[in-house]
Amino acid sequence: MNKSMIDLIYLVPLLPLIGFFITGLFGKKQKSEALIGGIASAAVGGAFVVTALIFMTLVGHGSEERSHIVRLFTWMQAGSFTIDVSYQVDQLSILYTLIITGIGTLIHIYSIGYMHGDKSFPRFFAYLNLFIFMMLNLVLASNFLLTFLGWEGVGLCSYLLIGFWYERKFDGSFIVWTGDAAKKAFIVNRIGDFGVLVAMFLMYNQFHTLDYTAVNAQAAAGFQPGATLITTITLLLFLGCTGKSAQIPLGVWLPDAMAGPTPVSALIHAATMVTAGIFLIARNATMFALSPTTMAVVAGIGVATALTAALVGLVQNDIKKVLAYSTVSQLGFMFIALGVGAFTAGVFHVMTHAFFKALLFLGSGSVIHGMHEEQDIQKMGGLKKYMPITYKTFFIGTLAIAGIFPFAGFFSKDEILWNAFSQGHWVLWAVAVIAAFCTAFYMFRLLYLTFGGKERFDHHHIHPHESPKTMTFPLIVLAFLSVVGGFLGIPYALSIGGSIPNLLEHWLEPIFAPAMEILRRPEVHEVHAIEYGLMAASLMIAILGILLARSYYKNASDQPQAMANRFSGIYKLLWRKWMLDEVYQYFIVDVFYTISNGFLWKIFDVKIVDGVVNGTARSIASASELLRKIQSGIAQNYAIMMMVGIVAILVWLGLGT
Amino acid sequence: MEQDFLLSAPITFLSIMATILMVVDALIKKSSKITFTLSWLTLGITGVLAAWTLKHNGTAFNGMITVGSFGAFFDILFCMGALLTLIAARPYMQRENLEHDEFHSLILFAVSGMMIMAHANSLLILFIGIEIMSVCFYILSGYMRSSVRSVEASLKYFLLGAFATGFLVYGMALIYGATGSFDYNQIFMAAQHELRFPSLMMIGIGLLLIGLSFKAAAFPFHQWAPDVYQGAPTVVTAFMSTAGKIAAFSAFMPIVAIVSPADTEMKIQIILAIISAATMLVGNISALTQTNIKRMLAYSSVAHAGYLMMGLVAISAHHARGVSGILYYLSAYLFMQLGAFVIVSILERSGEKNLEIEDYAGLSKRHPVLAALMTIFMLSLAGIPPFAGFFGKYYLFTAAIESGYTWLTIIAVISSIISVYFYIGLIVKMYFTEPNESGESTQQLPGIASITLAVSAVAVVFLGLMPAGLLDVIKLLFGN
Amino acid sequence: MIDLYIPLIIMVAVGGLFGLSNVILAEVLGPRRTKTKTKLSIYECGMEPITSARERFSVKFYMVAMLFILFDIEIVFMYPWAVQFKVLGTTGLIAMGLFMLLLFAGFIYVIKKGALKWD
Repeated sequence: MNKSMIDLIYLVPLLPLIGFFITGLFGKKQKSEALIGGIASAAVGGAFVVTALIFMTLVGHGSEERSHIVRLFTWMQAGSFTIDVSYQVDQLSILYTLIITGIGTLIHIYSIGYMHGDKSFPRFFAYLNLFIFMMLNLVLASNFLLTFLGWEGVGLCSYLLIGFWYERKFDGSFIVWTGDAAKKAFIVNRIGDFGVLVAMFLMYNQFHTLDYTAVNAQAAAGFQPGATLITTITLLLFLGCTGKSAQIPLGVWLPDAMAGPTPVSALIHAATMVTAGIFLIARNATMFALSPTTMAVVAGIGVATALTAALVGLVQNDIKKVLAYSTVSQLGFMFIALGVGAFTAGVFHVMTHAFFKALLFLGSGSVIHGMHEEQDIQKMGGLKKYMPITYKTFFIGTLAIAGIFPFAGFFSKDEILWNAFSQGHWVLWAVAVIAAFCTAFYMFRLLYLTFGGKERFDHHHIHPHESPKTMTFPLIVLAFLSVVGGFLGIPYALSIGGSIPNLLEHWLEPIFAPAMEILRRPEVHEVHAIEYGLMAASLMIAILGILLARSYYKNASDQPQAMANRFSGIYKLLWRKWMLDEVYQYFIVDVFYTISNGFLWKIFDVKIVDGVVNGTARSIASASELLRKIQSGIAQNYAIMMMVGIVAILVWLGLGT
Repeated sequence: MEQDFLLSAPITFLSIMATILMVVDALIKKSSKITFTLSWLTLGITGVLAAWTLKHNGTAFNGMITVGSFGAFFDILFCMGALLTLIAARPYMQRENLEHDEFHSLILFAVSGMMIMAHANSLLILFIGIEIMSVCFYILSGYMRSSVRSVEASLKYFLLGAFATGFLVYGMALIYGATGSFDYNQIFMAAQHELRFPSLMMIGIGLLLIGLSFKAAAFPFHQWAPDVYQGAPTVVTAFMSTAGKIAAFSAFMPIVAIVSPADTEMKIQIILAIISAATMLVGNISALTQTNIKRMLAYSSVAHAGYLMMGLVAISAHHARGVSGILYYLSAYLFMQLGAFVIVSILERSGEKNLEIEDYAGLSKRHPVLAALMTIFMLSLAGIPPFAGFFGKYYLFTAAIESGYTWLTIIAVISSIISVYFYIGLIVKMYFTEPNESGESTQQLPGIASITLAVSAVAVVFLGLMPAGLLDVIKLLFGN
Repeated sequence: MIDLYIPLIIMVAVGGLFGLSNVILAEVLGPRRTKTKTKLSIYECGMEPITSARERFSVKFYMVAMLFILFDIEIVFMYPWAVQFKVLGTTGLIAMGLFMLLLFAGFIYVIKKGALKWD
């Protein structure tokens, strides 16, 4: 195990790509679902094994030798502009790769059961493999362009998978078909991509390279903190992040993305793709650290999203939509961490969130599957006894997301809160705590309405049943990870005087060292009393939320209805998701539509552009007719034409010499 | 002597095998199977031999021919083109009842002529090469003896070709008169000094350019091309319009390079630039109104000669990018143009049926794979990334800009835009229109021609995705 | 100076005398027959001497004529080689051998394809 092991990194994206080609090209004729699902899962599983081996190799290296660039080939070269297809294997990318391939494998296995009997079974797995390939390119790339390729690629796969059941209806804001939801996701993301693209132009213009290492090093060397150019670049990059990671103001697409099959929601819209924004910032931590303005914007947007999304989550009734808003809210937490300079905490939360959110989504998928495609939690209840494994694992996931000790979510969320507080951003801390309270409340509301209480479904038509083993196995693995995942990042306060190391922080330290040097954050290991206090407070608040949910929903009570009636204004606002979709529709979409339809199309396009274009086309066409006449088909005429050319050339050459 | 034969092994081996093939065909009746096997083996071995001589730069036979990188690179291209043509031609010839045995040896002889052109280091050798190739082409284009159009094409080609050859020989004679030698190196040396008869030299160069422009089908010497390409059997057209054009440029490049020192007033350079601009405009504009697919592709091949001549302009301006640009473009062009013509040959019905663009309506439903491949070739010909044609154009355009010919590049871009119309038009026809009659439903299996298609498509995609690979090879061979 | 041309003059004289003597001898020794107009025409055996110049010939004539010229001219290449035989040595012999071999291959092709068959 040495350097050559790391060179095998090309296998990691290659295997899913091969899987994509096999399932995509030959899947249609293949009748056996087990074979297709097996190949697709094996491709991602193989990638996971290779990643794990590379990870072990990296662990074996000293902490200074863990960053490698593996150059595969030069994609194109134009003058001094070279684009290599090369992968950057270091602590950050390998962690992401482990999450993507590991959870990816589990979700592939789960999908074999979930998608059983679907007429487009092979197509689903082909898309899923393609997604993994693109996502791996995104995180492994050593330059912006290759990341951007992956960035666009995952957007495309997300589009394809949201609209996977394109003939189904979907009830969303201004949306009728699943295809509309897919389009919405695609278009909203495009706005963010525009920011990334412009940022790349600016960077290339300034640094003449798009390599991460070079760009960040040059930025740190050549710019003072607060430089306008760096702020512009980072803000544009962050615009891309708000699109991909569903933050205000571009977050509206994620709830509608739930139109896709549930494993897709788990893989793409919870565990991996939506965390691409966090990845991009973490990868360029140095550059972001150089701009206090951007950092403040990131933290502000993060906390605003965390709270607003959590509030919306309180009133939703669709099981997947609750989880979707919870995802948006948790992503907000991650951005808070990044914004206050706690990059490790942000990445830590990405990891634990991947575990428990994937678990929750897969659990909800299991419920939907067992309830014959029913998604409304008002029509569920009492499923505990019908699907015990799903219930137990879902319960663990709920505890983890609510932040109960010692589940994974507790450690990562607490680290974010502590970082916010210790850096003096106590407003951020307070708002985040309220969001955490809401999280605990709506998650337990979901749990009680779904699994507890009376059975509110129609017994004649629906016979709930536990899901097959291919589906429950991933649930169990993920539940296990949701329990123990947090111990990778034990905070200093709980480490018994530092005797238990914070593995994750130690692991990621070299990556963020340059950024930390710029930020010059004060060391705060001394004030244990406050840290313990905060920890206890956040735990208390989570428990408070749980208890409130318990009293409301454990047994059917009329209190929720009473609350809804009393605050009907706020309730409606939350139910309509802050009216954001309406605002976008009336103030942006409709305005553009009117301009586009009334002026651009009917006047500008038809009269002016078409006039010019058609005029040009007509004159070229008549030139073509003329040339056609010259081409008479008579050899003598051709000879005359040649002669004219010859005489012209010779006269020109003979002149003056 | 032995050394000479060893270094010129690709040419000698191929010529000997072509002769043997001719005798075999005379001695054995119904020998097409044997000759086919022999000829593809020969082409394969010749390709390997050429690859072996890539590194042995030098001259042979008293400086009459050059050996090594330049010639060997073209040898490989010619062998590739001929091999792909032969494979695609077999099912076509069987269907059209054209399997006369000479076909294979004629192709081999044509290739030997092309190789001699690429290896020539003396104007006389160049002339011999051109004639060997051309005579084979005259016969091949009239190969469909029962078709009036084919015979007419052959005769037209022969007459105009003989006409152009006259100017070529006259030009050679004048250059000999001005410099006292046929040898490229000596002409190059002589051109660098003050000449006794500069106007003799200039007129000689002009006539030489005219002769070669005819072979490359450049304006205003292009008019034979549409008629001949349409009349000739489709696989022969595929071969002529690719390998033939590559051969013309393999002769053109060294000629332009050796005479450029004499071009003190840049007159030659301007002529090349004007011919280039006119060729691409005329080729692309004429292609717009064509209704016959072979004719459309013929005009597109004229237009591509125009793009390639931008590289010649760069060479005459002593810009090294011109050479690598042309070499890359020719490699890409070989596969995309050949692939497109081979698809036409597969869909063609005997009696020159199914050759109208209208016949391609709704092709995607009847032959989804063929339609998809045709789309790849069309997109590549139109120069749309990520296919090979895009990078080819890109390199030639940058070469022209860096040589100071921005106006030429602007014309090239405009004519590329015009060309998109008819290339994409065919794609639209194949995918978005309903077939006009349901009569054409007989499934035509491409047979072994699918090998040609697969190789061409893979090459077009591969060269497009990884243009750096081929460019590295070119750089390695020609030192930038 | 003039003595250089004596052999030439002798050859012209001998040639002229040979032709003339043959005609006279045929007239004197040959059998006497009636002289019709046909008998007195230039090409007695079938061909019209004076007709339109635009006449079609069978392609067979061209084939034979072309092949004749081809092989005849190739023989010319042998003269310089024969003159310089000693100087060129083995290399020349091999080269000429190859040349003849190629020519022979062409000849086999012509014969086997029946290009010289008159009907």
